Amino acid sequence: MTTNVAVSHKQSRKDYVSDQVVRWCPGCGDYSILSQVQKAFPEFGRPKEEFVFVSGIGCSSRFPYYMNTNGFHTIHGRATAVATGVKLANPDLSVWVATGDGDSLSIGGNHLIHLLRRNLDINILLFNNRIYGLTKGQYSPTSEMGKFTKSTPFGTLERPFNPAAFALGAASTFIARSLDMEGKHLQEMITASYRHRGTSFLEIYQNCRIFNDNAFIDLLEKPQKFENQLILEHYRPMLFGANKSKGIRMDGHRPQVVDLDGGRYSVNDLVIHDKHDKMLANVLCELTYMPDFPTPLGIIYEDNQDTYEDQVHKQMDQAVAQLGEGDLEQLLHDGHTWEVQ
Amino acid sequence: MSETTKSPKKQTEQVSQVTIRFAGDSGDGMQLTGNQFSDTSAIFGNDLATLPDYPSEIRAPAGSLAGVSSYQIQFASVEIHTPGDEPDVLVAMNPAALKVHLPDLRAQGTIIANTANFNKRNLQLAGWDENPLEGDMLKDYRVIAVDMHALVVDALKDIGLPAKIMARSTNMFALGLLYWMYDRPMDSTFAFLEDKFQKRPEIIEANKKAVRAGYHFGETTELTSVSYVVTKAKKPAGTYRNIMGNHALALGLVAAGKGSDLPFIYAGYPITPASDILHILAGYKNFRIITFQAEDEIAAVTAAIGAAYAGALAVTGTSGPGMALKSEALGLAVSAELPLVVVNVQRGGPSTGMPTKTEQADLSQAMIGRNGETPMVVLAASTPADCFDTAYEACQIAIEHMVPVIVLSDSYLGNGSEPWRIPDVNGLPKIKNRLVKEAGDKFQPFAIVDEKYMARSWAIPGIPGLEHRIGGLEKDSLTGNVSGDFLNHEHMVDRRQKKIDVVADRIPLAKAYGDESGDLLVLGWGSTYGAIRSGVDRARAKGVSVSHVHLKHLNPFPRNLGEVLVKFSRILIPEMNKGQLARFIRAEYLIDVLCYSKIDGRPFVPSQIENKIAEILGDA
Repeated sequence: MTTNVAVSHKQSRKDYVSDQVVRWCPGCGDYSILSQVQKAFPEFGRPKEEFVFVSGIGCSSRFPYYMNTNGFHTIHGRATAVATGVKLANPDLSVWVATGDGDSLSIGGNHLIHLLRRNLDINILLFNNRIYGLTKGQYSPTSEMGKFTKSTPFGTLERPFNPAAFALGAASTFIARSLDMEGKHLQEMITASYRHRGTSFLEIYQNCRIFNDNAFIDLLEKPQKFENQLILEHYRPMLFGANKSKGIRMDGHRPQVVDLDGGRYSVNDLVIHDKHDKMLANVLCELTYMPDFPTPLGIIYEDNQDTYEDQVHKQMDQAVAQLGEGDLEQLLHDGHTWEVQ
Repeated sequence: MSETTKSPKKQTEQVSQVTIRFAGDSGDGMQLTGNQFSDTSAIFGNDLATLPDYPSEIRAPAGSLAGVSSYQIQFASVEIHTPGDEPDVLVAMNPAALKVHLPDLRAQGTIIANTANFNKRNLQLAGWDENPLEGDMLKDYRVIAVDMHALVVDALKDIGLPAKIMARSTNMFALGLLYWMYDRPMDSTFAFLEDKFQKRPEIIEANKKAVRAGYHFGETTELTSVSYVVTKAKKPAGTYRNIMGNHALALGLVAAGKGSDLPFIYAGYPITPASDILHILAGYKNFRIITFQAEDEIAAVTAAIGAAYAGALAVTGTSGPGMALKSEALGLAVSAELPLVVVNVQRGGPSTGMPTKTEQADLSQAMIGRNGETPMVVLAASTPADCFDTAYEACQIAIEHMVPVIVLSDSYLGNGSEPWRIPDVNGLPKIKNRLVKEAGDKFQPFAIVDEKYMARSWAIPGIPGLEHRIGGLEKDSLTGNVSGDFLNHEHMVDRRQKKIDVVADRIPLAKAYGDESGDLLVLGWGSTYGAIRSGVDRARAKGVSVSHVHLKHLNPFPRNLGEVLVKFSRILIPEMNKGQLARFIRAEYLIDVLCYSKIDGRPFVPSQIENKIAEILGDA
């Protein structure tokens, strides 16, 4: 890999700020996400020329222009496929995808499935604002059933789908969730995504000030946020509430919210989060849309598997070891040949 | 050592060119039989051209008309350009094959029929009211009716194979018979069998015995009193191999990968008739070629674009329907000015169309089929062997000019084969790239760094100081930053057109074959080359004033094309579409042309061109 001057000095947030004027609406959650990424990156100790941001179309997909890294703003829904090509061509790059719920779950759903199952070491930041913002306010695949939008003046008729459950079904090896305005938590999740080798799927609940304002207000405003946020920590009991007085326990295979103040249950009765437990991950994904349950935030699932690009290059190395470095002259003369004098 | 034991009592006769069509049920092994005959004839030193034709169903109902698979070969002691006009010999393994292909057989032609399959049920399936081999329905042909099945079973009886397995060698009997009739050695087929069935010696033995049985049947029976000799063809000196178009195209890409010294990625999605390119390249892992079978056509092209962005020689291949899906992404490649090669092995359209039949109806799509002003370089291969050169040149233009390039091939070229003079590896042009090694003082990602090529630099991720952002939004012509400036947009639209125009400076000028002026010019492109050249040759031999220009470069056209065209009183454009090149020629040069459309899923044959010329000019 290249040697670099940038790492010889200590990087700061400024190193990742591009010269472009940020053009999101005032109050957009994207500002916060951008800021956390710019704060997280200097901590990775990696030359900034090795970062590539690939995006599709939508408000979130303008993200690459504002990062002073390499950036490729592509076409609607295809960022994950473009990123796959980038990573295959140069596995030494740190490749990031900035995408939205429409871009990655509607028009780009197919590519997202296959990136997840192939498990290239690519980090996906999915900005989920449950609306189409850039096209000015149509419902998205994550909009609530019955939602009134410009294209559904009588309410949507479609059930929203659950991005985390979708990712788990597509054999994702890293699924996490955070919130645009929970800066510290978001930065931790960005870092965890970076550290994971394999495709990282980070769903970020993001507020659209103009077309879907306050969509996540219950998760952000005090005091109700304490009742609604379930912050997951590996090997820690699932506690929540303002005084950590509530928790999740399993009643057979069903999760249950219990009150630790009542004297009937103690911390010892609660589920211990294990990010490597796929069964538990299924339950956590489902909690998202279950009424009366808090929303899981943090690393829902993580699994270590070989990356696709490693296997691709290993297969080539093996072929070279077995057959020798390909010889063009020999290849062209393969099979039956004859001489004409 | 050649295994040909000539029987002294038989007569031999010398002929200069022969066309054979092998036809049978999809399961009868006709493609393999045809391929073996081709390889043997190629090694023997004949010039040849082949035309495989098979149904799109993997296995249509046995014995049905829909299930007929065929393979035509013309081999010659003289230079030929096509798989032949009307077959001289039709091998019909069942009644359906005879029904489908009899209309094409030349008058007095030979029919070799496997009587074992001419039973009541098969005759019914093929729509014969009575057995054509009995009675005088075929009296105008020479019929060699043989119960190949019985003869094979007899020949193989000592091996102890089940009857079903023995029956599979029937095609080898037919092959052996043809080897005898045309005086071919059997050893190359024996070598093939030994290689293919390495782990099953009994199958090798069975097939060899079947080939020999066919050969000896030819020798001993009275049905075939003459064997024909087609001597070696005179070709330019060199080392040759027989090659199919898709194979040659894949090799051209591999060579360009070497010639450019870049990482090479081929991304594709399975589609007939382009999948072979993916299959072939997937086998070349020791060349450090990455093949990526994407989840769909769009992912294939966008992954290729991503790879190009990161500094690879990136290629995607498909056929018409896949090309339609890729068109938005091609706009991105044009806008981002990235090198990319897109191969379209055309097939019959529209929609799913005729997946295994040939057509040239995607020319308009290649030339203009994208949103916005989105010009692309378009090249077309003209023969199976030419697929190698065309693929190489496409890669060269893409990388040197920083543009996406479309290569048009088609089913006829992709699956057809001909002898290929293997090029000298060291003689292949080096491909220079626009990679930036280090950041200068004033690096501007979108500035043109080579006016002659209208190329920007290729600043890939990973090099300090070169970080920049590009995309499909209109960009500033220097910085690459998003720009909504009106004048900049107009400038960029012009620049993208100019990038295509300057390619004309590197491509050869058009030159008429025949005379530089005259009564008629036949203008063609792509796979019609062979039929047009042969048709024009025949007309010229009769003294007709007709010439031929064949276009490899469709966008841009050769600089002097207009000047060449105006020297002829009339221009005829034969195309396997409804006149698509004709429309571009009229629009570009304000010259009227005569269209000769053929769109029945089969390539032109020379006699059609010859007759059309005669129709226009009259015989001299």
